[in-house]
Amino acid sequence: MKGTMIIDGRKVEFENEQNVLEVVRKAGIDLPTFCYHSELSMYGACRMCIVEDNKGGIFASCSTLPKDGMEIFTNTPRIKKYRKNILELLLANHDRDCTTCVKTGNCKLQELSSRLCMDDVRFPNSMKEHDIDYSSLAIVRNPNKCILCGDCVRMCEEVQGVGALTFAYRGSKMKITPAFNRTISEVNCVDCGQCRAICPTGAITIKNQNDYFWELVNDKTKRVVAQIAPAVRVALGENFGLAPGTVTIGKIITALKYMGVESVFDTSFGADLTVMAESEEFLERLEKNENLPLFTSCCPAWVKYADNNFPDLEYNISSCKSPQQMFGSVLKKYYKELDKEDGKETVVISVIPCTAKKAEASKEEFITDGVRDVDLVITTQELAMLIKDAGLMFENLYDDSFDMPFGLSSGAGVIFGSSGGVAEAVLTRLMKQKPSVSDKEIIFNNVRGMKRVKEANFVLDGKEVKIAVVHGLKNASELVKQIQNVEKTYDIVEVMACPGGCIAGGGQPTPMDEEKRKKRASGLYSLNRTAQIKSSEENPLIRDLFQGLLKDDHEILHVQKNHN
Amino acid sequence: MYSINEIDEIISSHGNDQSSIIAILHDVQSKYNYIPEDCLEYISNKLDISPTKAFGIVTFYENFSLEPKGRYIIKICDGTACHVRKSTPILEALKKELKLTDGKKTTDDLMFTLETVSCLGACGLAPVITINDKVYGKMTPEHVVELLNSLKEEK
Repeated sequence: MKGTMIIDGRKVEFENEQNVLEVVRKAGIDLPTFCYHSELSMYGACRMCIVEDNKGGIFASCSTLPKDGMEIFTNTPRIKKYRKNILELLLANHDRDCTTCVKTGNCKLQELSSRLCMDDVRFPNSMKEHDIDYSSLAIVRNPNKCILCGDCVRMCEEVQGVGALTFAYRGSKMKITPAFNRTISEVNCVDCGQCRAICPTGAITIKNQNDYFWELVNDKTKRVVAQIAPAVRVALGENFGLAPGTVTIGKIITALKYMGVESVFDTSFGADLTVMAESEEFLERLEKNENLPLFTSCCPAWVKYADNNFPDLEYNISSCKSPQQMFGSVLKKYYKELDKEDGKETVVISVIPCTAKKAEASKEEFITDGVRDVDLVITTQELAMLIKDAGLMFENLYDDSFDMPFGLSSGAGVIFGSSGGVAEAVLTRLMKQKPSVSDKEIIFNNVRGMKRVKEANFVLDGKEVKIAVVHGLKNASELVKQIQNVEKTYDIVEVMACPGGCIAGGGQPTPMDEEKRKKRASGLYSLNRTAQIKSSEENPLIRDLFQGLLKDDHEILHVQKNHN
Repeated sequence: MYSINEIDEIISSHGNDQSSIIAILHDVQSKYNYIPEDCLEYISNKLDISPTKAFGIVTFYENFSLEPKGRYIIKICDGTACHVRKSTPILEALKKELKLTDGKKTTDDLMFTLETVSCLGACGLAPVITINDKVYGKMTPEHVVELLNSLKEEK
């Protein structure tokens, strides 16, 4: 629909806007909202976006279609009074102890209270105290901070297809909870943390493990080494006022060293290892024509989702460990000798954009002789808190580089952090091996970007190989069903749970939207372009590793499952 | 206890249809006086609805219960008419007699469940209670205790 609206006396054209709210925002007025997100379904619960029409009617702009000739007002005294009343009622039912809330400073409720000049709440606090759910390894759920906007419920159901949370009971007793009031750890949650990423308040937060970090780096019997995932370097800067997509890897390395980490490595190196192991596995399967399509296994939220919903895919999912775990076990093996010599114990910390990696690192198959391959996982957000806690002036830190002997990684390893990156890296490797393949650029353009399902084909030894790339677990689930019904056939399927890939992981700075995701992704692709080593097998350190440490031990790159 | 066969029968009598979940839950509720947790999970799997969603539906409606209810379900009206004609002392008498509280609605022997409702539509008979849908009008605290005793003897 097309037309003209009058907003606060100004003429505003609209064309494809879905609702009045979007037209208002286009006109440069930022109406406040809690429950409206363009990628989720309409809910219309928070009522913050109310506007008044020329007949005095008041309605929620997010759930009203724009009409030609419509005249509305967004800031009349009446509307302002009502909007403030609504916020006041939300606050009257909220745990307002902001000083001890981790969301403080980044909280939508706090921001709007300040914007609407909320200097007093006239009503006594009617909040009933609920237990805080600490059961999950990835997130903490504090219902006392919940404003019932339902963003987490819709994110979990509509984007991730998990549906671990719901509205239960009604009226003043309404609350958000997993089924049967169970804890998060008892239900089908896959730890992706997208609920946390969209929560406007402190009701869902990352399981913070910063105390353990300080404990480790201050323990003189420990040698602390760290690995940093690709997506961290294009997002952390947002916490320090830099634009999304700004690459800050040099400063991150310095910050970690200042805080007591001995050596800092790049998880992209782990990604290079994954590319080698996964392409090898794929070629083997292709030759035997079994267990195809090969599903990637880098994303732990996807692996858990598949375990829960598609147990038949067990043998289709790559047996390769994720880059984090692969690199963790390589590091543990590498430091074994040194540990014996100097009597220290090496601990591996990974810095990651993802909450599910916290759960992944504690899985039984990644614990060898009682020792975890990765001892501690901290998210981008936690790293920002660590840096602030240590009082480091991030913008003034100098740029350091990664440590040897794992200090080089390829451009292919870096883009693992974006949807399509794993597929592109594997493709680059396969194509290098069989130089007959052409049209590389065309193929790469197909797997990049934010489309829900991306497809690319190429010819390998006269055989056509079909690749699909999907992000968002709901999209993945639909694709798997199509594959199972033989409506679609592929040879390789890359799945990342979070929309856009790890760059929009559950542990990244918030709030995020499509625009930010694109900027973070383009940050990674710029690193890919400037990388001197393009393909994983060109990485000389990877070659050394395969000829040295891993010579007779490819096993540690794969998940050893006990099949009974 | 419920039997899977009976549940299957109820589901198929509604054509295994997702959109009939409320009707299905109604039948289960009236057959067993409550909806057992694992039974709700079974139904949701069968209908391809997430158990989370099913839980949301069941807790939304006052009529559905995830807790077992007593053999006799006593509903005491606390609508305006009943309230002004002194329903509160009747409620107190019932609670005292059955050793129930606001949080505890069913007796340990699963004989009685006590619920407050907002109007039974029989204001002319206020104050009113119903026991398993049978209406008793013009109640007094004494009368209601007598009624309870006669029900207890019946078993």
